Amino acid sequence: MTAERKLLLVIVGVVALLVLASLVAAVLRWRAREPSAVIDNLVASIRAWWGMVAIFAAAFALGRDATIAMFALVSFFALREFITLTPTRPADHRALSLAFFVGIPVQYGLIAANWYGLFAIFLPVYGFLVLPALSALAGDPEDFLARSAKIQWAVTIAVYCISHVPALLTLDIPGYAGQDALLLFYLVLVVQISDVLQYVVGKMFGKTKLAPVVSPSKTVEGLVGGAGGAVLIGAAMAWITPFSPLQAAGMALAIVVMGFLGGLVLSAVKRSLGVKDWGDMIEGHGGMLDRMDSVVFAAPIFFHLTRYFFA
Amino acid sequence: MWLASTLVVAVRALLGASPRWQGTPPTLAQRIYFANHTSHADTIALWAALPALLRARTRPVAAADYWGVGAVRRFIALEGLNAVLVDRGPRDRDVDPLAPLYEALDAGQSLILFPEGTRGSGALPGPFKSGLFHLAQRYPGVELVPVYLENLHRSLPKGTLFPVPLNCAVRFGAPLPRLTGEDKQAFLDRARAAVVEVSR
Repeated sequence: MTAERKLLLVIVGVVALLVLASLVAAVLRWRAREPSAVIDNLVASIRAWWGMVAIFAAAFALGRDATIAMFALVSFFALREFITLTPTRPADHRALSLAFFVGIPVQYGLIAANWYGLFAIFLPVYGFLVLPALSALAGDPEDFLARSAKIQWAVTIAVYCISHVPALLTLDIPGYAGQDALLLFYLVLVVQISDVLQYVVGKMFGKTKLAPVVSPSKTVEGLVGGAGGAVLIGAAMAWITPFSPLQAAGMALAIVVMGFLGGLVLSAVKRSLGVKDWGDMIEGHGGMLDRMDSVVFAAPIFFHLTRYFFA
Repeated sequence: MWLASTLVVAVRALLGASPRWQGTPPTLAQRIYFANHTSHADTIALWAALPALLRARTRPVAAADYWGVGAVRRFIALEGLNAVLVDRGPRDRDVDPLAPLYEALDAGQSLILFPEGTRGSGALPGPFKSGLFHLAQRYPGVELVPVYLENLHRSLPKGTLFPVPLNCAVRFGAPLPRLTGEDKQAFLDRARAAVVEVSR
């Protein structure tokens, strides 16, 4: 099967899934008779899924550079949400401007230019050293360590980690030429299916709270059921990846575990910042980072596992 | 107008400038929107947060000694934002500096006003100048809507050239009630407190 045919098939599959979800929501709304906030939220969230799938499909159709540019925008919105909620001081202005207007374009430019060596160290080394230097030059020592650490964290999460998703397009995997877009799709699919399944299974069967203070909606039952289901689906999707079904199950497990931890860690960050959602740009989901929190942790690990063992 | 649309699109893309109609819905009523002032992007952010229909009949008030000087600034202020230029320099006894504002209000237009008169640097506004009081006295039928511009003091503060893109919400409060017999200072304090209240 050609890469285009596989891509077409998975997109048809996702659309079928969304049609099913929309139908279920319509039936729920019809049976509920009276207006319900839960169902309204579900409908809004499914509508947003349609939008996100459409944007994703359009970027795929436009090719590699469009996909990279789309993720650069995702990073832009994620960083904007993070910095908006993070207390910074006027002395950080230059460092922050630089992170947005130089950090993001250069990081994604390095992916487009296929320059792995610099892509891997640009933000963790050059960003790490230059950003606090700019803040220090502005001459305000108040809370300096906390400010610098928060800015570095924001940049690492919102730009560095997310950039590993389109970086999958640069991998040179023997026998898999021209199909890297499918690998990217595989990562996002497994993460999001796992999120949705964990939520649904948790709502239906969840009893034992896993982290009641940090993330009250996470349950052991939801995690086991959702992660198990996502690993099975990940294994069943091995035909779009360079992995054997067993390898695909292992990769899916790594993605699911990291995705879960990402959700947990970013939930703790949100709580420490005193908010429930990162923003409100995606109706029914919250902000960009609320939708990307699992991807943030899963992407770098999936990228490096694939790069080390298969490329 | 292409310049106005470009500015609105740019400010929305960088700063969000999403409206929060907390105390009042957007209506066609003639209004004076008065807000805290920390940034050159304030006017466009508030303007961008208004629905297009209201934007067309709402004019920002800008200082003539800054926005009226130099071809570029003048072009942005007059052609882009359809601003009303007001002289904030030393008083010329014969001319009421608010005359251009009366003209706009008489024509049925709404205004965007920054009563501090200049840009501050903090999250909360400084003391208000008296212009708002005189307008309120002269036009009792015009609604006075307090607006809080959130995060703009972090995004594009005084003295910076490049913005830091942050989500800058534009919060609209409930119109300020008119109290009979209130003196100037009490009114200005109450107006400022209304903006502070919207920020919470």
